[in-house]
Amino acid sequence: MSVASYFETMEYGPAPEADGEVRAWLARHGATFGHFIAGKFVSPHAGKHLTTSEPATGKTLARIAKGTAADVEAAVNAARTAQVAWAKLGGHGRARHLYALARMLQRHARLFAVLEAIDNGKPIRETRDLDVPLAARHFLYHAGWAQLQDREFADQVPIGVIGQIIPWNFPLLMLAWKIAPALAAGNTVVLKPAEFTSLTALLFAELSAEAGLPPGALNVVTGDGATGAMLVESPGVDKIAFTGSTEVGRQIRQTTAGTSKSLTLELGGKSPFIVFDDADLDGAVEGVVDAIWFNQGQVCCAGSRLLLQEGIAETFRRRLIRRMETLRVGMPLDKAIDMGAVVAPVQLERIKALVETGVKEGAEKYQASGAMPTEGCFYPPTLLWNVHPSSTVATEEIFGPVLVAMTFRTPDEAVMLANNTRYGLAASVWSETIGLALDIAPKLLAGVVWVNATNLFDASVGFGGYRESGFGREGGREGMYEYLKPKAWSGRKARAKASPLPATSGASAGFDVPPIDRTAKLFVGGKQVRPDGNYSRAVLSPKGRRLGEAGEGNRKDIRNAVAAARSAEGWARATAHNRGQILYYLAENLSARGDEFVRRIADMTGVSAAKARMEVDASIERLFSYGAWADKFEGTIHAPPLRGVALAMHEPIGVVGVACPDEAPLLAFISLVAPLVAMGNRVVAVPSERHPLAATDFYQVLETSDVPGGVVNIVTGDGNDLVKVLAEHDDVDALWAFGSQDASMTAERHSIGNLKRTLVDHGLTLDWYDKAASEGPILLRHAVQVKNIWIPYGD
Amino acid sequence: MTQSVFIQNPSPLAVQSPSPGGELAHPLPRNSGRALEMDWVDDIRINLSAAERRVASLPGRRTVKKDAQAAWLLKAVTCIDLTTLNGDDTTERVKRLCAKAKAPVRNDLLEKLGFAGRALHTGAVCVYHRFVGAAVEALDGSGIPVAAVSTGFPAGLVPHELKLKEIEASVRDGAQEIDIVITREHVLTCDWRALYAEVRDFRAVSDNAHLKTILATGDLKTLRNVAKASMVCMMAGADFIKTSTGKEGVNATLPVTLAMLRMIRLYQERTGYKIGFKPAGGISTAKDVLNYQFLMKEELGRDWLEPDLFRIGASSLLADIERQLEHHVTGHYSAFNRHPVG
Repeated sequence: MSVASYFETMEYGPAPEADGEVRAWLARHGATFGHFIAGKFVSPHAGKHLTTSEPATGKTLARIAKGTAADVEAAVNAARTAQVAWAKLGGHGRARHLYALARMLQRHARLFAVLEAIDNGKPIRETRDLDVPLAARHFLYHAGWAQLQDREFADQVPIGVIGQIIPWNFPLLMLAWKIAPALAAGNTVVLKPAEFTSLTALLFAELSAEAGLPPGALNVVTGDGATGAMLVESPGVDKIAFTGSTEVGRQIRQTTAGTSKSLTLELGGKSPFIVFDDADLDGAVEGVVDAIWFNQGQVCCAGSRLLLQEGIAETFRRRLIRRMETLRVGMPLDKAIDMGAVVAPVQLERIKALVETGVKEGAEKYQASGAMPTEGCFYPPTLLWNVHPSSTVATEEIFGPVLVAMTFRTPDEAVMLANNTRYGLAASVWSETIGLALDIAPKLLAGVVWVNATNLFDASVGFGGYRESGFGREGGREGMYEYLKPKAWSGRKARAKASPLPATSGASAGFDVPPIDRTAKLFVGGKQVRPDGNYSRAVLSPKGRRLGEAGEGNRKDIRNAVAAARSAEGWARATAHNRGQILYYLAENLSARGDEFVRRIADMTGVSAAKARMEVDASIERLFSYGAWADKFEGTIHAPPLRGVALAMHEPIGVVGVACPDEAPLLAFISLVAPLVAMGNRVVAVPSERHPLAATDFYQVLETSDVPGGVVNIVTGDGNDLVKVLAEHDDVDALWAFGSQDASMTAERHSIGNLKRTLVDHGLTLDWYDKAASEGPILLRHAVQVKNIWIPYGD
Repeated sequence: MTQSVFIQNPSPLAVQSPSPGGELAHPLPRNSGRALEMDWVDDIRINLSAAERRVASLPGRRTVKKDAQAAWLLKAVTCIDLTTLNGDDTTERVKRLCAKAKAPVRNDLLEKLGFAGRALHTGAVCVYHRFVGAAVEALDGSGIPVAAVSTGFPAGLVPHELKLKEIEASVRDGAQEIDIVITREHVLTCDWRALYAEVRDFRAVSDNAHLKTILATGDLKTLRNVAKASMVCMMAGADFIKTSTGKEGVNATLPVTLAMLRMIRLYQERTGYKIGFKPAGGISTAKDVLNYQFLMKEELGRDWLEPDLFRIGASSLLADIERQLEHHVTGHYSAFNRHPVG
């Protein structure tokens, strides 16, 4: 085309970014890469390689090493060796290294951006303007946490060697999200990038060594899913952090159950994009572009479910279709496109199949008619209209540029539809009415909510999901805790094996007038109830004296208790002041009946009256503490680089199962239940199996203290059986298992149904009298999940 | 899939729909204006942060290089309202400007760009009323219209009757375009009826001259005000809506432009009329003007890149474009003194 013809047509014309530097880098390595272990590239042990290609052309780009168990072990060993020295370097020393990594990324920004675009297929605009600058921002931000670590995380220590597995949709950015906090906190890393997109991780590793990062601090092992599984199974790894599909997340949860490896999972989503009739509709249309046609829709938090208020649905549809026509799909290195290539043929096929299913199930399909490259993995921006919540495409994550749309009538219905999903990663709310927008945001079960915006990310703001979108946060102070563990829990010892139950001795007091029989019941929904099976189990003193009988709770009792807890949702919305007041009141009423509890504890456990008195006093004080914390364990306001704020709100997790250990039967019960209740959760507690009566006595305290029915439920019985039922219950949001290693293992292994958050002690004993180890934020942090609400403002 | 979308007109008044969706139909059917529809004002919502994000990401999404860039810049030249609006303007100064308007780019450059022999001139020359006659004379036969700023430009606070008289006088002197300023007070006090009545009056006396309504967006402050004022002016019969006088503290910006373009799109959807847009003030580099062009094309379409629907109020922009064009031709960076001034 000539100047004159462009003058007539006013077309954009090609605007390719040069790729010479990247091709030269590939050539320097002979387009073949080993693993990066202990500061240098090493050939894979078994000599096997995988091929990685360019999604936009299908051409082979390079060969990457296929990691074997031996490669993984070499990397884990290198990380282990480096970890001590890396931690010893201190916060300031590590801050210097992280700062250098940030600067390194900035110096080589274009090299990374071009390589990422070629390898992944995403537009150079995104890699240049978002992926790379955000990655650099993560290192700079976390250099800051390293610098402040001694002061801000004084009660925490690094976890050790972290195994990290990242996806192909944001290869470099996910690397940054993972390794920046891990390294800052004093851990060392073995990173397994996605097999489709390993090249920027290898470039990063190479340049980080040049930037002075000590050998072994960061190791990169490439390969496919099998290599990732080896990393998960490696006994030398202390923690696994995974971003990827919910399916693989489940496998990892199962594999690591009971191994004491801690776990962060950032998984899939089907995030709602809600447009109210008082929204800036054109602004929201652009929001949709950023929500679902960003990175070809291959974004875990993509706003993929469009919920439109009925009155504006038709207008919105027209405006959206008009906008789709101006989207340009093209080669990733073209600087004038909106969308590039889907990462691989297998993904393209999946997208096509799901869209076909959607249409078969009744959706109206709109696709942008603009030109697309004919070769390579390209798929047009797509809108599926008239989709119903029951359609496959409304529930399945498509992970492509496909938006499904449905309508709602009222704000309540919008919330209901938005939350009608297994996932809970992100949500976007569009309304120009501040009262409406800020009312809806807290009601959405998602880790991130954007008000009149979408897909905003920053290192200072935690990112992560609710429900089956995973657990743990990346970014912000909340993200740092994922790579630290409490000092106070470091010295815990394995619980002594429980002594065998004593033989029952006779309970008869002869012909004295007996005390009036007292039957301990279960406590469900604010009522004392008999166990469903109507069996009881004897409760004995250490000498075998029969102290009473406790209900033999079974799965139906758990079901009933969970249902009661679910319907007590109002507790989550009660004011923090109100919750605090009730906790104080519990302390008051427990105090009034202190002597009775002293006798009970002494009888059950055989401790002296003085020791039992100590336990009751500590329990009263603990209730006071959580009465105090109820309105003081507050969220924070993050200051990401925009005109606006991000509110990191502490929200209750929901319905939480709690299994209590045998030691300190009242204090441990209170110590676990009170923080959860203080934060607005509802609890189904399984008291100490051997000494349950302090807990069942306690329901009378609950009854006299204005605790709403269903907030605390107590089911006695066989600890391990009940933990398993709780773990498998898909309406239980979290499970705390304290007691045997078996209980921990059961809790983690069976939690995969709905990927509930678990807090377990792996059979290690906690000193319940040590406040540093068992009271306050150390547990409160597990009693909440952080929701970040982004509120850009301006008029 | 259809691109042109018409939202049903909620007004009881019949709407005249002149050849909707017609491509590059010249001359354009002229906006006749319509009754004031308060719903069209009240339902306007615009979110600043969202608007800013849209315009901030656009330069990364669209760009033109090499021949395409030269063509886009030449097109921009044809959309420039070459302007002088200073207290020390004289007839001779205006004549010099007119000469430049007729020959905005050096002939040798045009030849090398493949434009030899093509009449390429700016969109208009824009002056105060006092110089309309001189400009009309200087531009005689060139086909370049003269635009007069009017109605007590730039503050617009002279008596209403004098404003009408000023418009009539400029039209009498041969101005084909009248750039009026609105009374900002009407917007700031949300007196949309008063704004509508004012512009309606201006339109009535402009006769065949096209009416460009300057909103003085820098004074209106919020995008909501800008969008609402845009909609009212179009209902009152504006042919163009224009951002600024160039004298406010803040002149044309991309977010303000976005707000106005969206209103133009909405007005077209509702009435069928295509309204022009003129950003003014602060657009001084080739890079700046390309971003405005991208926004026009993306938000409104190809038609809005031509001078009948797009004008740029600028005094120093042309010099920068000339340098860029020379760079395109020679591969060397150019200097201002190598291009004749206006």
